[in-house]
Amino acid sequence: MNETLYVQLLNLAAGAFLLAAVMVLWRRELTVIIRVFALQGVALAGLVAVLAAHERSVELAVVAAAIVVLRAGVLPLLLRRALAGAGEAQRETRPLVNVSASLLAAAVLTLIAYAVTRPLVELAPSPATQAIPIGLTVVLIGLFVLVTRRRALSQLVGFLLLDNGITAIGFLTTSGVPLVVELGVSLDVLFAVLVLQILTTRMRATFGDTDLDELRELRD
Amino acid sequence: MSALGAVGAVGAVAQPVLIVGGSPLMLGVMRQVRAKLEGRAGAGIMQPWRDLRKLFRKEPILPRGTSEVFRYAPIVLMGTTLVVAVVAPFVTVESGLDPVADLFAVVALLALGTVALALAGLDTGTAFGGMGASREMTIIALVEPTLLVAILALSLRVGSTNLPTIVSATLHDPGRVISPVSLLAVVALVVVIIAETGRLPVDNPSTHLELTMVHEAMVLEYAGPDLALVELASAMRLTVFLGLLTTLFAPWGIATTATPAALAIGLSAFAAKITVLGVLLAAGEVFMAKLRLFRVPELLAGSFLLSLLAVAASFFLA
Repeated sequence: MNETLYVQLLNLAAGAFLLAAVMVLWRRELTVIIRVFALQGVALAGLVAVLAAHERSVELAVVAAAIVVLRAGVLPLLLRRALAGAGEAQRETRPLVNVSASLLAAAVLTLIAYAVTRPLVELAPSPATQAIPIGLTVVLIGLFVLVTRRRALSQLVGFLLLDNGITAIGFLTTSGVPLVVELGVSLDVLFAVLVLQILTTRMRATFGDTDLDELRELRD
Repeated sequence: MSALGAVGAVGAVAQPVLIVGGSPLMLGVMRQVRAKLEGRAGAGIMQPWRDLRKLFRKEPILPRGTSEVFRYAPIVLMGTTLVVAVVAPFVTVESGLDPVADLFAVVALLALGTVALALAGLDTGTAFGGMGASREMTIIALVEPTLLVAILALSLRVGSTNLPTIVSATLHDPGRVISPVSLLAVVALVVVIIAETGRLPVDNPSTHLELTMVHEAMVLEYAGPDLALVELASAMRLTVFLGLLTTLFAPWGIATTATPAALAIGLSAFAAKITVLGVLLAAGEVFMAKLRLFRVPELLAGSFLLSLLAVAASFFLA
């Protein structure tokens, strides 16, 4: 793969990765949010695949394939199943921060991410490390979604955005995490989502709702 | 430079003629596409021109109590749009008036037309005029930052906000069109252009329902030739905005020499690109409902974020 094509494809994948995170913040319908999350998984896999093609590493290519299966296939499927039982509560109706304000907050988060990662990028400037701010932006947006959304499912998506961002930063900084580490992390995320899915279902069975703001006080 | 100057001069004559003559036709095509998709026969693509001819023949009538502001607004709107149609490099890579073909100047000129119309809406003193003007000002206050930031993103790579410079840089290096910077900026600009030209989902161009109209409320008091001028200028604004979009992101076919063949290709490429965009816009509108006015800021905040990300990406991924 020649150098300019590599840089362009890498930038394109990074751009799509960031755009998906923004779309999660923008849209209210939970089904759309899950679909966008799946697309982000594809973008992340594309990012890793481009790195794999550039480094000519089979291991990275395997990791890219695993990411597609897990983040664009299994996790969205689990989320959709958690949503299917939710009945009419399919929308993020009252986020703590309204959508326009959270979009502007995302703009600020982007600038913060850029400012914070400057020293890191300057250590070894290359096309891959220059995309690190995008990874950090996705981490910060994920955290923001986790903090400001009320539905259990959107908080779950926020957590997964956070994890996607961390994974992206890992691959961009090191140009290849060992397969064992990546597998361990992926398994961790999968189990976390499974546990949270069961928790969501139990919450709905007990309270009839998944609005986490209702869970402020202890009852017996 | 004399040969290049000739290209600019030819473009400066050909473009306004094409845009004045063609923009009502494009509006007709868009309405026809919409009618066909909705299962209606449609009025034919010449209908906007027939409407304009009818209106131009009527006697000018001014509402009682209006001042010069109301009288001059259509002329200002038409004048600013015409200047943009002359200077922007739509058909040829050079501009007839190079110093004016600056992206900031072009945007300011287009905004001036909107402001003139809003003032005219206020000048009538009617409830609808005031309401339309206040809504239009709300929208333009949100649109303008997005436009300027998106333009900044595009001009950063070239190092100049001069339109011909940006266009020729894109022509020499087509790869930069599919960079994240361009893609984010193009999405932001599309949203902004839809809001600025009063199309769905921000404003419904065919409504006269008092609760929803924005642009129509401002021009409610115009009649006869004045109304025709406003309608023609609105159609031209749509063409000019779509033209800016094509010239910034898909400048292929633009004439670089003053030969008749190159000019013919430039003119037909411009017409074809605008028509395709117009058809896409009309087809998209069929599937869309108008957004509640209070949800419009959300849409525009999103497009502002995208344009800001475009600027950020041009620093990240330098």
